[in-house]
Formats: sequence, C-alpha cells, structure tokens
Amino acid sequence: MAVAWNEQRIELGEVKLRLWRGGPKDQGARPVLVLHHDIGTPDRLPFYDALAEKFDVILPNHPGFGEPEKPQWLRHPRDIAALYQWLLADLGVERAGLVGLGFGGWVAAEMAALAPRDFHRLVLVGAMGVKPPEGNIFDQAIVSYIDYARTSFHDQAAFARIYGDVSTDQLVAWDLCREMSFRIAWKPYMYSQTLPHLLGGVRAPALIVWGDDDKIVPYSAGQLYARALREARLEMVRDAGHCVDMEQPEALARLVIPFIEQN
Amino acid sequence: MHVMYFTEQPMSAYPADIGLEVGHTALMFSNKYFDPVAGSRLYNEYLEHYIYAEEQGVEGFMLNEHHNAPFCMQAKCNIFASILAAVTKKAKIVLLGNPLPLAENPVRLAEELAMIDMISKGRLVSGFVRGGGQEQLANGVNPAYNRERFEEAHDLVVAAWSREGPFRWEGTHYQHRVVNPWAVPLQKPYPRVWIPGVLSQETIIWAAKQRYPYIALNTSIEATKKIWELYDKVALETGYEAGPENRGYLQQVHVSDSEEKAEKNARQFLWMQGEFTGLAHPVWANPSGYFSPSLRRNFVEFAVGRAENPRGRPTFEQQVADGRVFFGTPKTVIPKLRRVLEETRPSIYGIWGNDGTVSNEDARTCIRLLGQEVMPAMREIGKELGLRDPFETNAPVHLKYSTDLKPMPQAAE
Repeated sequence: MAVAWNEQRIELGEVKLRLWRGGPKDQGARPVLVLHHDIGTPDRLPFYDALAEKFDVILPNHPGFGEPEKPQWLRHPRDIAALYQWLLADLGVERAGLVGLGFGGWVAAEMAALAPRDFHRLVLVGAMGVKPPEGNIFDQAIVSYIDYARTSFHDQAAFARIYGDVSTDQLVAWDLCREMSFRIAWKPYMYSQTLPHLLGGVRAPALIVWGDDDKIVPYSAGQLYARALREARLEMVRDAGHCVDMEQPEALARLVIPFIEQN
Repeated sequence: MHVMYFTEQPMSAYPADIGLEVGHTALMFSNKYFDPVAGSRLYNEYLEHYIYAEEQGVEGFMLNEHHNAPFCMQAKCNIFASILAAVTKKAKIVLLGNPLPLAENPVRLAEELAMIDMISKGRLVSGFVRGGGQEQLANGVNPAYNRERFEEAHDLVVAAWSREGPFRWEGTHYQHRVVNPWAVPLQKPYPRVWIPGVLSQETIIWAAKQRYPYIALNTSIEATKKIWELYDKVALETGYEAGPENRGYLQQVHVSDSEEKAEKNARQFLWMQGEFTGLAHPVWANPSGYFSPSLRRNFVEFAVGRAENPRGRPTFEQQVADGRVFFGTPKTVIPKLRRVLEETRPSIYGIWGNDGTVSNEDARTCIRLLGQEVMPAMREIGKELGLRDPFETNAPVHLKYSTDLKPMPQAAE
C-alpha cells in the first residue's frame, strides 16, 4: 500500500522544527511519534513506511541534528522531550504511541516519564538514556563519523544499503549531529542519572527491543529499562546491530505494529 | 623587543617505534610507555635549562601545556611557572598558556596565577589558549562549548583579579556564590595577557578586540602577514592602531657551534613523525563543535581519510625553504631572523630552540648561543626597526585601559 508523506515546518518558540508526517488515507489512525538516532535519519526508511501503513506517523528531525541552525539554549535531551510535548499539543495529538530509536529512545523514555499517563504505548529500541549496569555506551568522540555509523550495524552490507558511498553532505550532517550530541549529552555521556528513578511511574505498556549485536548500547541497559518500567516486554532481534530499524525493518515492524495496535 | 626561550619539553624517552606501530602518539597512546624515571630526569634537566638560560642572558621563558602525549611533558604550566618564579630572578615568565576551557573553576586559576605573579615579583605574563581538541577529550571537557567557556572563564579570571570582592558570578558555564580570592596579582591592573594561536580567525579577532597581543605559532611568513592584516583591520574598527607591540611570533630555531650539528638537531623538530602534536586521529584534534563552522566541509573529508591534512605535512626541507625552521650558527641564523623581523615586524619573539632527542649538552649549547649572541642581536635589530614591545611602550593591558581610542569610522552619510 502506498504511503503518503508530507514535510512540515513547525515553529515552537525559537525552534523551527522540520518533520515528516505519513500515514494511511483514512482518518482516525493511531498517532505514533517516531524519534530517530543520534546520527540523524534518512527521510525515508522501510521501517517508517511499514509503520505509516497502519499509523499516523510523526517523524520530527531533532533540532540541530544535521542542520546548521541549532537552538543555542538546548542543553539536555530532556529539553527535546519537553519540546515534543509542546509539538504534540500544537498538533492536537492525544494518546500517541512512542517509538524511540537509540538516542531517540532516551527522548521517548524522558517523555513518558515526564507525562506518565499521556501515552498509549512506549517502544524503545536499543535505547540510550540509562547507564548500562554492565559495559559502557560506545563513545563516538574517538572514532570517525563513518566508523561510528558502521559500528551501529551488524552487517556492513546493511550499512551500504542505507548509506551507499557516503556523500560529503552526509559527512557534514553527521558532524552536525555529533556536535549536537556533544552539546546536550557530553557528560555523563548519553545517559541520565535521574531517569531510571522516574520510569516507575510510566503507565504505558512498554516494548523494549535490542539487536543481538548492538555494539553501541549494551544489552544490560535494555534489561534495566525492562526492570524499571511497570509493564515491559524485552525482545531480541537476531542479526541486528544498534540500528535495528535500518538493518531488520521487517522483523522490527512485526514486533512493533501488533504491540501498538493493542487496545 | 622581547625575546623568549621555548621548548615543548618533550618526553623524549618514549618508545617511538611502538608509537609508529600503534599508529598514534597522542590521547590514546597508552601511558604504560611513560617511564617516570626518565620523566624525573627530564623534568629536572628542563628546569636547569631555564635557570641556565637566565644566566646566559635570556629575558623570557615561554611555557605551555599539553596532555596525554609524549611531545610535551608539561601537564600544568603553572607548576613550572611556580618553580621558576622562585628560583629565577629577572626573566619574564610567559604562559602561552593556560587552556581556559579546561578550568572547572577559573577563580582557582586566578588564584594560582596571582600567587605566581607575587612570588615572581611581577614577572608573569598570563597568556590564555582554547587548548587543542585532544586536550578537551583528555580532560573530559565539552568541545562544543570550547569558545563559550574560553570567553567566560577569561572574563571571570579578569574579574577575580581586578574587581573588589566579594562578588557573585552567575554565568552560563560558571556560577560562584562568592568570588573573593585572598591572592591578587602584584601587577596592576592585572598581568599582561597574550593570546597564541595557529589557525582560527575567531581567536585573532577576539584578541584584537581585547587589544591583547596575538602570538602566531610557527606560521609561514605569508600566513603571518595575513594574520596581521586581519588583526590590524579589527584594531582600526575597534578604535586603535595596532603596531609591533600587538604582534608576537614563535619560531623553531636551533643554533649550534657547527652547521652540521645544527642541522642534525633541527631535524628533531619533526621528531613526532613530522606532526606538531604527534600522530592522532583527526577527530581527536578537531572534535565536533570545536572548530570553526566555516571549516566543517573541508574537515569532514579529512576526518574520514579522503583528503589530506589541511595543514599539510611539509618535509623538513620544505619547512626550511618556507622559513619555518631555521638552523645554523649564530652568524648564519641572525640574518635569517632579521628578514622575519623586517617582513612581519613583531616585538615579541619566542625562540623554540630544542625539541625531540637533542642531547642535554647540545640543548645547553643552543641556550648559551641564544642567550649570549642571537637574542642580543635580535634586540639590537628590534631597536633599529622600531619594534618596541608592550613593556617598552607601556601598552594598555586591555582595551578598556586605553587612553588613545579614536571614534570608530562611521559609514558615509
């Protein structure tokens, strides 16, 4: 089924947010906010299309990620979480599903913790945001942009499928993304010390998904999420690295779609 | 003309072959290869060099610091500055400088510097730097706020030095309930601040706006001239005319008693495999957010290995031909230095005399010849060319202490 996507620009105070919205033609589809990785996102991915066949998908580009204009005041992922609550309010969206990918998973978890009754379902895929009880979140500061992105994949053929011969524009975008990651999550690197203590209030049932070869965020972080949230299921996807959404879109969609479709 | 002696204080006893094998000699090059026995010997040799330099007539010591790498043993320039403040008598102690963004508490830095100024009886020149990218990573400091932290830490240090305490500081990166250090500088309004740099235009512009002398670090003559063009332009826009007292230069110059020995030792300027700061991944030297956005497009290609280092990796012969490295006896070196002085007209000159594995004996010979022959000759040339330094002209320490500001040129009506 063809999915119609359209690009929108929405002003939230000083922030000019760019987002893609896509979904089935019929009205009344469940809204789902999809939050991308720290390396930004291609505008289109098979996983996004699969979601948009069923849901009203809202895919914002995190402010400053891959864009030269950045909100100077933004200093923590929790600020993005608050900003997206503002976005949903302006869009008139209620009871959205949240799908957070990697870094986006951190933002999604913050959103759920800030407004524990607001969301229909919470899906975290290889989510950053908590200090892994075992191991550390991989530090992108010491490797090149390409090596970091490659480390996010189990199979380099999947990396090539998404990024091909990486263009200079893509390198610039990755540098901008990295700068923004540093601005808001430098220390402690890519986690919050308070988030684990706030997750217990979240009412939305949660699905935690991890690639079986995630070299960026240790699986122990997924286990921590699963323990800290009230109602959580932890699933592993085979032959996938950190970017499960890019590497195993069908397997991920098979887990996520029925979970969000539940009432 | 103020001429200073400089060395990176190399940890020359590190195993260079292992560095080559590992592929990097900075940031992540394991400190298991650091030999503290050799370190102890070298620190003491270097201290002796400064004391000896003063005895030989050297009038200034330029000190700096770096982290996690063998090319420079100074992890905190204030330590050597403190020792030299006590054990030397006349030479200026010129820190080029303390990396301000690394300071988690600039008030403490202001206290340390004030102590050095008092102990040295007013001989401190307190330069400040942003610190290289690797210094940010080595110290866990956010590279994306490097310039913000540099400017705010500067403002706080200067306030701690020159404002009557107690006062409160509520900044973006620094908040202090009570700023009231019971150690303030001897020099008034505060010690001279000089700003060294290599590449970034933002720093040149910032220094010119403060009226702080800018010290060009080992740039080619042509690049140096471009730096002064920009500095002079900003100075005019700011309301003053820049001159030699605003200009400093650091150059690699090894002198010896024979040309052959001088050349052999000068080749040690390339001892870190031809790189200034050792072999390192480009993203360590230039973490995202650290460098100027105008350079982003060129840099990313270099960072993934598709383009050459924008600074290039000139050979020793090329650097000699470009006039970036001088070597010889005092007789052959002095005319070369005269040409630089004539062409770029600085009044502050750092002579980077020794590096790498130059022997203790040869290093001392170089220092003796610099102190007894080269530096006095440079001071004479400086007089002849009217290159009066900030001490001689009694230049204002900062723009706000200027008494000669002209109204900014207005656009034609």
